[in-house]
Amino acid sequence: MNPHPEDELLRRQRERARLMAWLLGAFVILLFLITVAKIGLNK
Amino acid sequence: MTPTIAQPALPADWRDLVALTKPRVMSLVVFTGLCGLLAAPEMLPPVLGFTAILCIALGAGAAGALNQWYEADLDAKMRRTANRPLPAQRMDRQTALHFGVGLSAFSVVLMDLATNHLAALLLAISILFYVLVYTVWLKRRTAQNIVIGGAAGAFPPLIGWVAATGQIDLLPALLFAIIFLWTPPHFWALSLFVRSDYAAANVPMLPVVAGIQNTRLQILLYSLTVAGAAVAPWALGLTGTLYGVAAVVLSAVFLVLAVAVFANKADTPAGMKPERRLFAYSILYLFALFTAVVVDRWVAA
Repeated sequence: MNPHPEDELLRRQRERARLMAWLLGAFVILLFLITVAKIGLNK
Repeated sequence: MTPTIAQPALPADWRDLVALTKPRVMSLVVFTGLCGLLAAPEMLPPVLGFTAILCIALGAGAAGALNQWYEADLDAKMRRTANRPLPAQRMDRQTALHFGVGLSAFSVVLMDLATNHLAALLLAISILFYVLVYTVWLKRRTAQNIVIGGAAGAFPPLIGWVAATGQIDLLPALLFAIIFLWTPPHFWALSLFVRSDYAAANVPMLPVVAGIQNTRLQILLYSLTVAGAAVAPWALGLTGTLYGVAAVVLSAVFLVLAVAVFANKADTPAGMKPERRLFAYSILYLFALFTAVVVDRWVAA
């Protein structure tokens, strides 16, 4: 058992928040690239 | 369903969320989806092709997560699956449900946005088929679970093709048929040497319900149909000689291994080397066959 469960809780929350930030950033870039590609297809 | 499994207090580790998507199964899904996309006569811009494959992968991962959410009680009873995040109590069931539903919706909407309505519809059908038809309806009720449920895993090349072309043609339909007919001998070979696991969990897999020798006969019969489906694209003139030769050679080896399984009389896992060999080869077979489709189509183009 972990003697400091609140440390583990914080560690996991921080890891997940960081991962979510990366994923959201990647999603925004992907949406931008999809939009550019779609505009290119319709030209 | 597992209302009795205790709920851990900590939020799920992101690695367990990844494990929920069955990454190893996903690799075959991604590969066959990519082959469907690359074999299509029309080429998508790279970013849209990438997004289509990403959506197929996310959809498969979502279906895997919902499968694990529903089957946590079965997974806890089988050695092969007991260490998954839910039976090992590293995650609560609600997280798995929310993750699975959210990822399903996200993958379908993104597919629609990046490619076309038909590809998104097929992706949604494949997820629903795996979760509702295979996991909820068939798996615990009939030994034919893997036969009908195999259709869920056969969708990726069809989705990949439709993402590129916007329509369903004969070649992707045959690629669908190949995976559909390949699934029973692939899974039954596995279920023969992990039979005790399925029996302990009360899952009516064919070896548990119909016996070992009957399963070996069914493996041989289905292997014949796989070989027929694999050669069909060449016989119908949809691919060239390169694919034809690859399909004949690969299928001949598949049949030889299936005959070895049929001839085997062992009923303990230790004596089931032919079954292990067929299971391992069946994965290589699908990779090689789909690679041959793409190479053949590219050479012809």
